[in-house]
Amino acid sequence: MLTAQEGSLSVWALGIALWALSLLGVSCQREVRPFQDFSVASARTQKLVESPFQNNAYGTAEGKRLFDQFNCSGCHAHGGGGMGPALMDDKWIYGSEPTNIFESIVEGRPNGMPAWRNKIPDQQVWELVAYVQSMSGNEPIDVLPSRSDHMRSSTPENARRAQTPVQTHTP
Amino acid sequence: MMFAIGGNQSALNPHGPIARSIVTHTWWLLAISIAVYVVVMAALLIALARRRRESDDLPATTSRLTRNVGVAVVLTVLTLIGIAASSVVAGRGLYSPSGAGAITVDVVGHQWWWDFQYHDVTPSDVFTSPNELHIPVGVPVVIKAMSTDVIHSFWVPNLMGKRDLIPGIVTNTWIQADEPGVYRGQCAEFCGHQHAHMALNVVAEPMDEFLTWIQHQREPAAEPSTDLERRGQQVFLQSPCVTCHAIRGTDAGSHVGPELTHVASRLTLAAGTLPNARGHLAGWIANSQSIKPGNRMPPNPLAPDDLQAVLAYVRSLR
Amino acid sequence: MNPPPLRDDTSKLRHDRPAERRETITTADEERLRRQLADTWYVPRGIIGWFSVADHKTIGRRYIITAFCFFIFAGILAGLMRLQLAVPNNHFIGPDLYNQIFTVHGTMMMFLFAVPVMEAMGIYLVPLMIGARNIAFPRLNAFSYYVYLFGGVMLVLTMLMNTAPDVGWFSYVPLAGPDHAPGKRADFWAQLITFTEVAALAVSVELVATIFKTRAPGMSLNRMPLFVWSMLVTAFMVIFAMPSIVTCSTFLLLDRLVGTHFYNPAEGGDALLWQHLFWFFGHPEVYIIFVPALGIVSSIISAFTWRPVFGYSAMVMSLVATGFIGFGLWVHHMFATGLPALGLEYFTAASIVIAIPSGIQIFCWIASIWRGRPRFHAPLLFVVGFVAIFVLGGLSGVTLASVPFDLQVHDSYYVVAHFHYVLLGGAVFPLIGGIYFWFPKITGRMMDDRMGKWNFWLLFIGFNVTFFPMHILGLDGMPRRVYTYPDNMGWNTLNLIASLGALLLVVGGAMFVYNVVRSYTWGTVASENPWGAETLEWSVSSPPPVYNFLHLPVVEGRCALWDRSADAPVVTGIRSDCREVLVTDVMDAEPICRVEYPEPSLWPFACAVVTSAFFVGSIFTPWALPISIVPLAITLIGWFWPKKADSDTRAEQPAGSMREARA
Repeated sequence: MLTAQEGSLSVWALGIALWALSLLGVSCQREVRPFQDFSVASARTQKLVESPFQNNAYGTAEGKRLFDQFNCSGCHAHGGGGMGPALMDDKWIYGSEPTNIFESIVEGRPNGMPAWRNKIPDQQVWELVAYVQSMSGNEPIDVLPSRSDHMRSSTPENARRAQTPVQTHTP
Repeated sequence: MMFAIGGNQSALNPHGPIARSIVTHTWWLLAISIAVYVVVMAALLIALARRRRESDDLPATTSRLTRNVGVAVVLTVLTLIGIAASSVVAGRGLYSPSGAGAITVDVVGHQWWWDFQYHDVTPSDVFTSPNELHIPVGVPVVIKAMSTDVIHSFWVPNLMGKRDLIPGIVTNTWIQADEPGVYRGQCAEFCGHQHAHMALNVVAEPMDEFLTWIQHQREPAAEPSTDLERRGQQVFLQSPCVTCHAIRGTDAGSHVGPELTHVASRLTLAAGTLPNARGHLAGWIANSQSIKPGNRMPPNPLAPDDLQAVLAYVRSLR
Repeated sequence: MNPPPLRDDTSKLRHDRPAERRETITTADEERLRRQLADTWYVPRGIIGWFSVADHKTIGRRYIITAFCFFIFAGILAGLMRLQLAVPNNHFIGPDLYNQIFTVHGTMMMFLFAVPVMEAMGIYLVPLMIGARNIAFPRLNAFSYYVYLFGGVMLVLTMLMNTAPDVGWFSYVPLAGPDHAPGKRADFWAQLITFTEVAALAVSVELVATIFKTRAPGMSLNRMPLFVWSMLVTAFMVIFAMPSIVTCSTFLLLDRLVGTHFYNPAEGGDALLWQHLFWFFGHPEVYIIFVPALGIVSSIISAFTWRPVFGYSAMVMSLVATGFIGFGLWVHHMFATGLPALGLEYFTAASIVIAIPSGIQIFCWIASIWRGRPRFHAPLLFVVGFVAIFVLGGLSGVTLASVPFDLQVHDSYYVVAHFHYVLLGGAVFPLIGGIYFWFPKITGRMMDDRMGKWNFWLLFIGFNVTFFPMHILGLDGMPRRVYTYPDNMGWNTLNLIASLGALLLVVGGAMFVYNVVRSYTWGTVASENPWGAETLEWSVSSPPPVYNFLHLPVVEGRCALWDRSADAPVVTGIRSDCREVLVTDVMDAEPICRVEYPEPSLWPFACAVVTSAFFVGSIFTPWALPISIVPLAITLIGWFWPKKADSDTRAEQPAGSMREARA
């Protein structure tokens, strides 16, 4: 028979083991690589209103790559803005929700933001949305990208303090 | 093919001087290895199986064994020197191309495709040939290798040993084919999800055909000749295709993905993954993720008519 | 029983001093001594006791069992890989999961199985072989086990949570860098390195101290068993190699978490820096795995031929030479990176030269078998299998030393074949033979020898069917680390054969586990020395008492038990009412002084918990460091709080006297 001490320790050990097993059911959202989620059928019929790459490190990293490759930096620099508004600060003209950012990219905005509808597929727009959010630190810290393999142009995203979005009407 | 040794992409089927000298060296290594292995295993099995004698425990046996071990060590050293000598012979010329008139081609590695850049003094004559390297037969071709993202490795076993593509560094190697043919190569440094599908083709052709090919590659894309092709060009320029792919001679100028100016003249699609045929191209455009999951090209849910038109146009880009 | 083993007169190179005092010890004395030692060196019971143990045999057993659990897990991953690669264009496992599987397979095998299990054999056997009661720094020993266990559990948990590393066990940058490996997968890899390297460094420090300073009197360096020599060389290799990977994995963590630029070429860093630092560790790592196996082979051969191993001095020099030369080879993993040719030639030379000490060892073993009386029990079969497989692997290694040849087969399946031949053949076969050999000593029961022979043949055939075709696949152009391959390359048949061989390996592995479990419960009870072997661990009961030796022996020759005279002296004057241990000098094991080893304690476990929490926390935030400092300091202070020694109450005794034991 177990002593009282051994008994309570056994309960602790059992509890920890059960918790560890429960992790089996948790597929870490941060690490999912959703290659096959955007198949032809779903892309055509799906009208997503939620960012599929929220809290997803892979999608955010892809967005970072696309931000440079599609030359968003041409107007927005690496978040500090230029011809276009800064994206790493707390000022949002058209709303900071993922759907707002999605619309900004797809529909375009006045004063120079092109409409990228039919030029960037939805999946990649959502990746860019995730990255734009990360530029102001508004993603969980373990999802935020770190420094890039290029010359240092700005603080790494995971070193930026999260900026609480503020509605503004001036760019 | 179920089983073949020495086929395409095999180091045992050399078609160039580098690969040939390595294969000679390989046979030497194999012969020496077999001989050493047989001798050592024979000694072991005899030692295990032999009948024991009283004289085994005498000091005379110990000194005899000591002498034998000494002889074995000396033989080992000599064998190793032989291997080193063969290696030196095989490595002669490995680092610098022999022969005059070498041309230079840049290899730029991407996740997960190859960009072969042919330079020229005249800037408008510079062109790229994604995933397909053409070289003239019998002429050494100097390769300058770079990478835009992670480490890859350029390897065409029929012709040469591999050379890594390392970001931040330009590495050099050279390649030469002595017979015309198509030689498959593959990336040989783990580079992410689709490392397994990052292949290339080296097309070795006689010099005159090679020069014709160069001339042709320098030209801008063919103009669409039928209505369907014209519609296809329109669809191309108005869909996400244009955001990543360049076609010289049109407004499509993005270098995110491989250039498509002469895509229909290439042997394969998707870095050696698919044969360059209509059905494969359709599947690739519609949903490349089901063929090469994780690759950088998103699915393109085009309407059926648009897809047919784009197919016709792309297949006209010879 | 066959004729008794031969005493090799050349092993007695030293004339012993005559005993200073000749007294005999009565059996009543012995009974009292036995009870007192059992009391003093007790292994605590209960749940709290389980976490307080500081006995090397208990910790060694835990290490071995845990390492084999990881071996089975990583083996299952390998089976999954072979299932995926059995046919071309297979869709059984996708690229993302496959990358995680092959990364965890390699990482777990190298860091969580191969090195720890060899160290575990050392932890268990070295104190027994050198006539000591415990390993040096016993609480550090316990701490290292817990840190190792928590690191391994962390890696297994990452596999369950889709956050297992997926960048290869070698984790090259920039692929593993912040730009190309999003999420935390590569950080878990880098921190696993920290866990395992802290554990390995701790164990190697203990082994060096134990071997150098606590050997029984009379066991001069040239009388040490070859297994102890191999563990000594291994421990030094760990001490010099591990800091390199500490550095490179820490740099990677800093790059990823904090934004440093160690590996960023655009800011003055270098992608090749990773490769140099990693392989400066990575090459000695494989010798760290391999050299203890050489010691195991020597132990088995001498026990099953009833002769000392031929050429002791040559064997020792070969072990030491392997250890030294092993540090000069690392660039042979980087022949394709475009480094200058003359530099590469140096590493070719070193990679060829290291075959010489290994060759010397093989020849000496063959000579040992030649003049010995081999008895074909399972351990000897595994040793024969080792020679057959390792020599082939060593030959393919020598071929890889040549730059032109390597440039063709580097990163192809030829290399996969080579390292499995040298690691499985060169380390795992001796290890399994060693388990068959020492199982009676560790558990008190014999393993089923007949099943052992079936086990050997199943593993031997399965291994060769799996890995031999890979030499051909590599030469035929099949690269490594690919989750699938095209249909028309001519690789189909050989891949299928390799996968079928893997099934045989799985069955062989299952048979081994079955044999272990069955023998543990129902095996024949073992005597002290069922094999008639010559090292000191075979002079105590099976399993050994907690205090190892009733009387610390005085060693009279190289083969401690075969060279022992009828009235061999023993050490007296060591206290048995506290954990007193005799410290001897490095060269000749002359007694120097006595020290007191610590009692069992919970502090190592507590410190390991805090350390592990710190390591895992620092994957996510740099704040883990300042937050963990205080708890860490508390546990360390608790651990090292000085205890009042019993030295005030001690009567003065001369430093270890030798008495004759009753025959």
